[in-house]
Amino acid sequence: MKLKLKIWRQKNSESKGKIIDYDIENISPDMSFLEMLDVLNADLISKDEDPVSFDHDCREGICGSCSLFINGQAHGPDRLVTTCQLHMRKFKDGDTIYIEPFRAKAFPVIKDLVVDRSAFDRIQHAGGYISVNTSGNTQDANSIPINKDDADSAFDAATCIGCGACVAACKNSSAMLFVGAKVSQYSLLPQGQTEASRRVVNMVNQMDLEGFGNCSNTGACEVECPKGISLDNIARMNRELLKASVKK
Amino acid sequence: MTNSKNGFSKILKSNVPDGPIDKKWTSHKNKINLVSPANKRNLDVIVVGTGLAGGSAAATLAELGYNVKAFCFQDSPRRAHSIAAQGGINAAKNYQGDGDSVYRLFYDTVKGGDYRSREENVYRLAEVSANIIDQCVAQGVPFARDYGGLLDNRSFGGVLVSRTFYAKGQTGQQLLLGAYSAMNRQIARGKIKMYNRHEMLDIVLVDGKARGIIARNLVTGEIERHSAHAVVLGSGGYGNVFYLSTNAMGSNVTAAWKAHKRGAFFANPCFTQIHPTCIPVSGDHQSKLTLMSESLRNDGRIWVPKNKKDAEAVREGSLSPTEIPEENRDYFLERRYPAFGNLVPRDVASRAAKERCDAGFGVNKTGEAVYLDFASAIIRYGKEQALVNGQDDSDNELVQKLGKEVVKKKYGNLFQMYEKIVDQNPYETPMMIYPAVHYTMGGVWVDYNLMTTVPGLYAIGEANFSDHGSNRLGASALMQGLADGYFVLPYTIGDYLSKDISTGPIPNDSKEFLSAEKEVKEKIEFFVSNNGSKSVDYFHKKLGKIMWNKCGMARTKETLKEAIDDISSLRKEFYKDVKVPGFSDQFNEELAKAGRVSDFLELGELFAKDALQREESCGGHFREEYQTPEGEAKRRKEFQYVSAWEYKGEPKDAELHKEKLVYHNIEVKERSYK
Repeated sequence: MKLKLKIWRQKNSESKGKIIDYDIENISPDMSFLEMLDVLNADLISKDEDPVSFDHDCREGICGSCSLFINGQAHGPDRLVTTCQLHMRKFKDGDTIYIEPFRAKAFPVIKDLVVDRSAFDRIQHAGGYISVNTSGNTQDANSIPINKDDADSAFDAATCIGCGACVAACKNSSAMLFVGAKVSQYSLLPQGQTEASRRVVNMVNQMDLEGFGNCSNTGACEVECPKGISLDNIARMNRELLKASVKK
Repeated sequence: MTNSKNGFSKILKSNVPDGPIDKKWTSHKNKINLVSPANKRNLDVIVVGTGLAGGSAAATLAELGYNVKAFCFQDSPRRAHSIAAQGGINAAKNYQGDGDSVYRLFYDTVKGGDYRSREENVYRLAEVSANIIDQCVAQGVPFARDYGGLLDNRSFGGVLVSRTFYAKGQTGQQLLLGAYSAMNRQIARGKIKMYNRHEMLDIVLVDGKARGIIARNLVTGEIERHSAHAVVLGSGGYGNVFYLSTNAMGSNVTAAWKAHKRGAFFANPCFTQIHPTCIPVSGDHQSKLTLMSESLRNDGRIWVPKNKKDAEAVREGSLSPTEIPEENRDYFLERRYPAFGNLVPRDVASRAAKERCDAGFGVNKTGEAVYLDFASAIIRYGKEQALVNGQDDSDNELVQKLGKEVVKKKYGNLFQMYEKIVDQNPYETPMMIYPAVHYTMGGVWVDYNLMTTVPGLYAIGEANFSDHGSNRLGASALMQGLADGYFVLPYTIGDYLSKDISTGPIPNDSKEFLSAEKEVKEKIEFFVSNNGSKSVDYFHKKLGKIMWNKCGMARTKETLKEAIDDISSLRKEFYKDVKVPGFSDQFNEELAKAGRVSDFLELGELFAKDALQREESCGGHFREEYQTPEGEAKRRKEFQYVSAWEYKGEPKDAELHKEKLVYHNIEVKERSYK
């Protein structure tokens, strides 16, 4: 395959970026999207040009490092996959592909396609945990049976990989799906009840402080989420927030 | 004289406490020194790596009151490669009432490791395993449950009980997010200072003790000096020395290797796990391999065509596997190992697959793949479900539909992943799999307290060597990482730190720090100004080919000797001709890679040297010269030791120290899965 790539290049967080054109050939449909970029970078290095920086690590769709806004879609045209699992067979010979970073005020660009997503970490510092010390004396794991449906829903929420596609896909750069998933995981489990009010209030406050936008229920986040995190989680978060405000 | 007359090391002290094996850990904990809460506040600990071992250790040390500085090269601690572990975590809970016990988990792990692990460490691992599950559930880890609301288990290779706890095919992710949440709580309290996108590039010794690290900020390129009273390495394994492996792209040996060069002995480097169920290589462009969880072997049956001409037809594309009738299929694991069948340990399954492919029965274009087939599981589950529903279990279409639904519930995400990568539907046609490098049992040598041969330097999780011998059983990596981090290191490190309560803060501008910093800076400047002609990846791929072809699933004296020479000359070429674009004071991934590959180029040589001296076959280490007439690994009594290497300049000049392995609580037997 032969392709025309239009890639966002930006030297560092201070400089201004722009789209640069690259032509690339001999791309096999069996390559992953990131392997296609590896080929481009090998070519750039051989020509003494600066390779394109992008975040990636596990390359099996679970670490959440890779990002990329491909032809206007977070993680590209395929559904329920991250960029590292997107394969070139989804494109046609001669295609033009636009590759941009995940854009949001709360995700400043570090270089080229690499963005700073530490805002997600800070939201979790604000309450994304259950306060239990490691002691070896916690109660037996089977002492509190948990309804299978609740356990499964908590698991579904917990599968969020924290990649930020939801933010990139949202016209308001809202992080509600991410925060909703985290809040939901704990609110569905008995272990999470004790701190439920504090958790949701603190996490939502931190989310606002980081500069993420509001939710206007368009649902783009759910569509683009590589892990299929459901909008129900946002509803659950709002319910938890309301509950917490009533309690006060 | 560092070795005694019988060849065993006099300087390696495993510091295993006295007493019966089931009392050792408890009595050790009762006897070691503690640090008072007021003094813990004045003690700093550096933790390198934030996977299951590093993350859980950082959180627990901070909970205890130490000041922790944690480092990871990823942009968030949550992304460490423990996240990719799929299948599960073992624990001797015996919730299934199938006869499991601490002893049985201990026994299975030592036997699975082919009697090359330290028995006391393994016993402790089995002992604390149950605590891990309790702790994780308390943290809100959503393990799979049954309809009664209790925890569910499944079975893994090399054992005859169901003791594996799981969260679909994402167990590592859920456990890591648990450890990460525990870290978050401590980060919020200021007890952990987190350094994301930082890479450790050297360890600093002051008066012979580990007192800090030199790290590079991967965003700004700045070189930083960080001091502490003790340093803990939870930096994972070195499978990427093979270039292609199931490790993450960034996984590297740098932290462990720098520690080795500063005096930490490196143990059993040649013990590598080649995992049987990975997606086969598709071409030269391939950057990494993808694992399909071992849990698939609970229900999938592994086979190749019985007739060579069928295998050839399949490779040419003129025959589809579903057209091959049952009697013309060779379910070679079930045939060779009737007792364990498809659930033999990983090393055995991998070698058996290689044997069939080498004999000409491989089934993909390159002839390096075997089938993993779910057709009979779909029928079995489908019939069962039809009966449960009160429907007709002789209705084929219905059985297929119901069976596929059950399989989807169990393995849905793995099937989806396979389909995305290979572009074939595994519900309709059997999966193709082939072994790939997955885990390294070898690592930094540690004593019972998890301390390396450098005082104050600890190694935990995959970075150390102690628990898995020459082959790790499935679902035991997560168990070991969390056991070390939550339940072992936080206690044992106190014993060491109790002597440091009046030391005061460690200055980071002593001559030792400055000279280590200078060395790091010089190496970095060397890379960016080398102006060679070949990329870092060029050398990494070449190294990988040498490792796979000459130190891979089968090794001989000749191939290993060649490997040592090949790697040594490749390393020279690397320094002469590597090209690293860009500058040192910026985000520069090629520069980071250059540093990692330079360390792999040294480790690879030691790896081959270790495999060469070990004239036996055991677990994942298979020397062709040492096999039984049936082609099984032939262990030799005289090699019942840990090979711990001391750095002496060039990797091939390393000095061997042998730690004798003694088994008081388990009989060393021929490992049979027949």
